[in-house]
Formats: sequence, structure tokens, C-alpha cells
Amino acid sequence: MGTEATPRLELKSITKRFPGVLANDQVSFSVQPGEIHALLGENGAGKSTLVKMIYGIMQPDGGEIRWNGERIVVANPKAARKLGIGMVFQHFSLFEAMTVLENIALGMDAKIPARELEARIKEVMTQYGLKLEPHRIVSTLSVGERQRIEIVRALLLNPKLLIMDEPTSVLTPQEVEQLFIVLRQLASEGCSILYISHKLHEIKALCHTATILRGGKLVDTCNPSVETSRSMAEKMIGGNLKTIEKAEGRTVGREKLIVNRLNMPARSHFGVSLKDITFTVREGEIFGIAGVAGNGQNALLLALSGETLTDDPGAITVDGAQLGRLTAKQRRLAGVSSVPEERNGHAAVPEFTLADNSVLTARDRLGMVKVGLIDHKAARTYAGEVISTFAVKALGPGSTAGSLSGGNLQKYIMGREIMQNPAVLVVSQPTWGVDAGAAAAIHQALVDLAAAGSAIVVISQDLDELLSLCDTLAVINEGRLSPSMKVADADIEEIGLLMGGVHGDPAATANLHPELAHAHQA
Amino acid sequence: MRIKLEKRPEPSTLMAFATPIASVLLTMAIGVVVFDALGIKGEKAVIDIFLTPLLSSYKWQDVAVKAAPLIIIALGLSIGNRAQVWNIGAEGQYVIGALAAAGVGIAAGGAGGGLIITLMILAGILGGTFWAMFPAFLKTRLNVNEILTSLMLTYVALQVLGYLVGGPWKDPNGRNFPATAPLQPDQTLPILFPGTTVHLGVAIAVVLPFVFWLIMSRSVFGFQIRVVGSAPDAARHGGFDAKQTIWLSLLIGGGMAGLAGALEFAGSLKAINLGFPSGYGFTAIIVSFLGRLNPIGCLIAGIVLAVTYVGGQVAQTTVHIPNSTAGIFQAMMLFFILASDILIRYRVRFVGSPKAAPIPAAGE
Repeated sequence: MGTEATPRLELKSITKRFPGVLANDQVSFSVQPGEIHALLGENGAGKSTLVKMIYGIMQPDGGEIRWNGERIVVANPKAARKLGIGMVFQHFSLFEAMTVLENIALGMDAKIPARELEARIKEVMTQYGLKLEPHRIVSTLSVGERQRIEIVRALLLNPKLLIMDEPTSVLTPQEVEQLFIVLRQLASEGCSILYISHKLHEIKALCHTATILRGGKLVDTCNPSVETSRSMAEKMIGGNLKTIEKAEGRTVGREKLIVNRLNMPARSHFGVSLKDITFTVREGEIFGIAGVAGNGQNALLLALSGETLTDDPGAITVDGAQLGRLTAKQRRLAGVSSVPEERNGHAAVPEFTLADNSVLTARDRLGMVKVGLIDHKAARTYAGEVISTFAVKALGPGSTAGSLSGGNLQKYIMGREIMQNPAVLVVSQPTWGVDAGAAAAIHQALVDLAAAGSAIVVISQDLDELLSLCDTLAVINEGRLSPSMKVADADIEEIGLLMGGVHGDPAATANLHPELAHAHQA
Repeated sequence: MRIKLEKRPEPSTLMAFATPIASVLLTMAIGVVVFDALGIKGEKAVIDIFLTPLLSSYKWQDVAVKAAPLIIIALGLSIGNRAQVWNIGAEGQYVIGALAAAGVGIAAGGAGGGLIITLMILAGILGGTFWAMFPAFLKTRLNVNEILTSLMLTYVALQVLGYLVGGPWKDPNGRNFPATAPLQPDQTLPILFPGTTVHLGVAIAVVLPFVFWLIMSRSVFGFQIRVVGSAPDAARHGGFDAKQTIWLSLLIGGGMAGLAGALEFAGSLKAINLGFPSGYGFTAIIVSFLGRLNPIGCLIAGIVLAVTYVGGQVAQTTVHIPNSTAGIFQAMMLFFILASDILIRYRVRFVGSPKAAPIPAAGE
């Protein structure tokens, strides 16, 4: 049989239904041997469902999957691996307290003696230039290294098709480059790669073909090298992309939020402690904190919001007032609002109504409490205002937070804080898992709030987001914050090095200055 | 055919109401089957335990008097249960509350009247609160599990009871029987309906659920308890102090148990002997869950559980089964209510087995 003409993987009219939604509707595309094929789409477009069916985690309700031209049923992931399908998940399944070798051995279907396995791992690593020390404990590894474990684990099975689910969302730019080298080498050896992402420039740089999904349906299969990022984005969201409107030549005012040598011990064994965090945010300034996940971002947000307290009252000041020892409630009254990364169960209570969720953080600033009793009418009114101002798709203030989609709930939470007119707003991952339309609305709201004179801190892993949104940027790594740099002068290469952790290396940080003039950008 | 649990988009209100009722009905149905299998007239036993107390008006006062402490204790426990603070020691707090009330009565000598009765009730609340302070302190300071400490303190309370009624507080005219002297008539709670045993405590048990309902639904404190129970991280984010929540929910639970103890002592039993602890503090846990941690629900569930207590005594004489049979029914109810909890958030779906396509499955 001529394999050149036969696609490695072919999907024909794949349909998958969940209660109330059609996750995949008649999706058909094929992947050739040696092809790097992008699967592009917003959150909820049906990408994950589709690959879960290819990997045997779910079964399609209709349509067929062909493997080298033969119709197959992938009963479970083990069967998929036997066929030669490997998958690297977005969220790793690794045991923190075990070594690299032990983790890989645990994930193998066949039992292989440790010494033989180690030899094979070393072989795979040298073949693809993957650097990994088999006897290191996983908890001591960076996210990029952890991903390499998953890749090695998949490569040990000599896959014919490798599925990568959002592999770069937690990597530094340098790690992304290394990953791309590995993927290109794999493809040149004939392995097909199904690459799931929503980062358009990566797809342009890496992929031969892109299949775009929207609302479970296939929109287009195109060649990313001839498309522009914008044209692919518009296919992905099905409309025209709004750009953030930043007032030209706006200036920033006086110093508002000053964080000075903020220290915080780690909350758990695998947690990150904050070490001498120092930065200043001025009125009207959007200050970005970049960094790979798990480098102290959560600890920093909790320390700023007052959910954890510092011993030094002067470590955090707003307009000169010392906030370090104030509780979350007191800080809110002092004008500091925050939006943590986790929407369900941290920023909002899923089983509570939107009105009750407004009571959660707005009760004191907006006077929703009178002599210990909650003014439910005021809460409903405020929730209604947030819903209409931020175009939240919800039935009304009586809908439970858990019934909203991720993007709509995030818009509601952002609106709930922004409409309280905070002097300082600290947000973490404001557009994590949010569709492009909602993300644009959230970005615009942040820009508008800054224009009104608030100081804003945006903690995000999405470097593109920070570069387009922020005036100033710093990088957090292992609980330390780099000196601030102006986004206009920022060098991606340097940011990447900082994200990878080259603190205290004068060569790498030579042209970063802690005190930067806030003159307006040309 | 496979059975599949599917998450509901929103928690079902219908199921929140239907499952407690279904739990009671299932308990009755299982009761019939099991007792029949044991050679006892199951139908008769279940009717006597669940219906006779309701159908014969002379049993109503028994039901009311037994329901009162269950409702009052359950109200306090519901606050803790909602905030995920598990006070298992209401029985001990109930005993200490009664002892505190008895202490006031003894200290007053023969004196009685409204003031003394009020003081006895207040002493009961303070006694129960005091007993709940230990688990609260240990939990907030040393992170000791409150389930263990509150339960162990129950046995300490029983020792205190034994010491007091057998020693310093023993009735001098009691023929050396370990019991306190009975209260003077003007030291006891007023009777609401002459000729019955229905005392002031019953009225308190009817009014309190509405007070608690108002607090839970309208006050910031109620909001705090609900947030802490549903999403502790969100509570922290909203500026609610976790330690304060633990203190308050344990102290309120203890205070209510102590109040129930004082009312039971001053309203029904009028003396404390070694048989005073009757398990109300434990049964109230069932009341709390059967009532869905809702104050009005506790009122209804308290009556249901009181019916089984009274009905157990009825069945003892009619079908000759031990009084403790009522305990089995109570346990079954708790089992069913906890098991059916999942139906509020999930629905059961029957799905056909995946199509048996004539294609060889990969990996074979």
C-alpha cells in the first residue's frame, strides 16, 4: 500500500454531543505523515473534545476515525498508545516527590527494568537534544523541564502521531524555541504532530496546516504561512477583532502603590516564598508582572489583596498609607481591589447568585450592609448594573455564578471590582480561559480604569497580553521580582531570560533600570 | 445499559425538598421489609413508629416536648455544619448546660420566680458555650480536629455529671440515689397549656427557627457562614476571618445545646440523674441534615425525629420490639439523606451501551 497518499490520521464527520451542547459537529480533516497540523480555536470551540476522542478518552457519537486509511475505534488511551498515538497534556500528571525516572516508569504500559528504561530515556534525550536529569526530584524542576518529562514519556513509545495540548502556555520564549526544534525534528522523521493552541504567531512559525474550529464546527483548514495572524483570529472568533483603544500620549501621575521589600514565607512545602518584592505603580499606570506559572504569582496576589498579611506594615503603601498589616476587608475599604486567578471558589462562589457574589467583595465599599443586615435590593441593583455595563450574558442578578461560562463570569468579576472605582486594582490572569471577545472587553475596561487614574497591576503568564496592555513590566521568578522596565523599551529576549531565572546576572539585566522615567511613549 | 451521573447546570431546588421526604418514605419502606423478614409485623411496626404518634392526639404533647430540644440543638449545629465546622459534642454541651442551670437552682435555695428561671436559662446557654470553647480554642490555636475534641469532651461532661449528682449536688433526701433534688414548683418553666406537659421550651423551639432563618438569610453573619461553607477561599477573598467563623459557629452550637439542656431540665425532668443524657445531642445531628441545614427545615425534621422517639415507645408495647428500634430508623434516615444529597447537584441518566460496531477495536 502506498502510504504517501494515505493520511496518517483522518477524521470524517466526527460528532460529539454533551447535554445541552454539540461539542463537535461533523468535523472532518486529515493529518499527513510528517505534518505539523494546528488545531486552532477559542476556549470551548471543541478542540479538547476532539483530541480526547482521537486519544480514546471519549468515544464519538457519530463519524469515523481512520488511521493509515483503516477505520478504527480507539477504545481507550492504552489502545491509542499501542497504535502509536502519544499525547502531552496541558496539565501534567507527575508526582512531585518522585524522580524523573520513577515518574516515567509509572507512566509506561509495559514494565521495563529501571536500568534499561534509563538507557532508553538517555537515548531519546540525546537524539532530540532534550536536557533532563533522570534522578532529579520533580518538585525541584521548572515547568519547562516537567513538560520535557511528558514529551520523553510520549517519545519512548515511538509515536506516529503526537498530540500537544497548549504546550507553550507555561513556557518562556527560549523554552518555546527549544520545543519547536524538537517538534520540527520529529516531523522531519515522519511523525505527525497535532498542535493545539490559540497563539497565532506560534502556529505561523511552526505549523504546515491549521484547522480552525468555532463553536464545535470546522470553519476552515488553511495554510498558516499565507494567512495573517489577524485573519486567522477573525476566523477563530467569527467576527472582526477589536483592538485596544489606548489614548495616545497619556501620562501617568504620582506614585500610588509602593511595594517595598515585601517578604512572605511559603504557605506549603511546595509553595513559593516571596523575597524582597519591590515595585512602584503610578496613577494611571498598568504594571505587568510576567513569569512562568508557579513562581510566586499566587502568593503575590494574596499578599497584595490582604488574604495573607505581612509582618512589615510599610511593605505595602497606597498614597502613603501603610497597608501591610491590614486585612482584606480593611484594604478594600482603603481602595485596593483584587481579582484572583481562580474564578470558581476564590473570586466567586459558584452556587451563589450574582447578587450574593456582589455582596462578597462590594458590601463595605458600596454600603450594602446596614446594622449587620444585608441590603439585598442594593446588591441586586449593583449586580444588574455590572451585568449591563459589562455585557455579561446572564439571565439576571439571580443567576448563580456557576451557571455562567468562564468568560462571562470573568467579565462579571472584573466588572464587580472595576465599578467600585478602586484606587488600586490587582488582577491575576484576567483573561485565562476567556474567549477573545470577552478578553478584548476586559482589556478595554482595564485601560479605561487606568485612564481614570487608578493604578493597576496585571499578573499574567501571557506575555503577549502584557506587552499589549501594560506600560511597565517586571518578571517574577522563584518569588523574586526583576527590576521594572518600560514596555516600549522591553526586549523579549531579556524578558525570556528573566522568566527562565537569570537573576543577579549583571550581563542579562545590564540595561534594566529600577527607576524609569515615566515620560510618555513616543 | 449504564447508569451515569451527570452534573446539573444549577443545583436542583426540587431535589433539595424531595430528598428528605423520600428519605423518610424509604426508611419506612425498608422498615416494613426488614421487620417482615425478621418475623415481626413490619407494617404494624412502621405505622406505630411513624404514624400513631401523629394520629392520636394524646401523643402530641410527647412529640412536642421531645421535639423542642432536638430543634434547638439542631439549629445551632446547622450553623457549624454549614460552615464545615463539625461539632459532634452537642450531647456534652447539653449536659453541661443543664448542670449550669441546676447549679443556679441549687444556689438559689428554695427561691423561684421569673428572675431565677431566666438566670437558669442564661446559665444553661453559658454552660454549653463554655464547653464548646475548648474545641474552638484547640482548633484555632493548635489546629486540633474539632470532631475528636468535641466528642471526647462529651465523655468528660458525663464524668462531671456523675461526680456532681453523686457527690456535692446529691439530693440529701434522695435515699442515696445519685440525683439532684427536684426543682421547686416555682423554679420550673411555665406550662403553656394547663393539663399537659407542654412547657415554655416548646414555644422557644417554635420561635427560634424563624429567628435563625432571619439571621442566616439577611445578616452579614449568615452570609459569612454560607460563604465559608461553600468556598473557604472565596470567604478569605471577601475578607471573612476563618478563625472567627470557627469560634462563632462552635460557640453558637454549644450555646444552643446548653439552652436545650437547661430547658429540658427546668421544663420536663426537674431533676438531673445519671439518665439525663438521652442522646438528643447526637440525634440533633440527624435533625440538622434531614432539615437540610435550614432553620425551618430543622423545625420540621425535629418533629419527625421526635415522632420516631414517641413511636418507638408505642411499638414497644404493641408489637413488642425494643425501644432502641427507633434508633435504627433514625440512622436509616441519616443514611438515606446523606446518600441522596448527590441528587441535588447531579442527575441520574440511563445510557445505552456504546454501539457494538463490527469494527475491531484498536489494541486488540
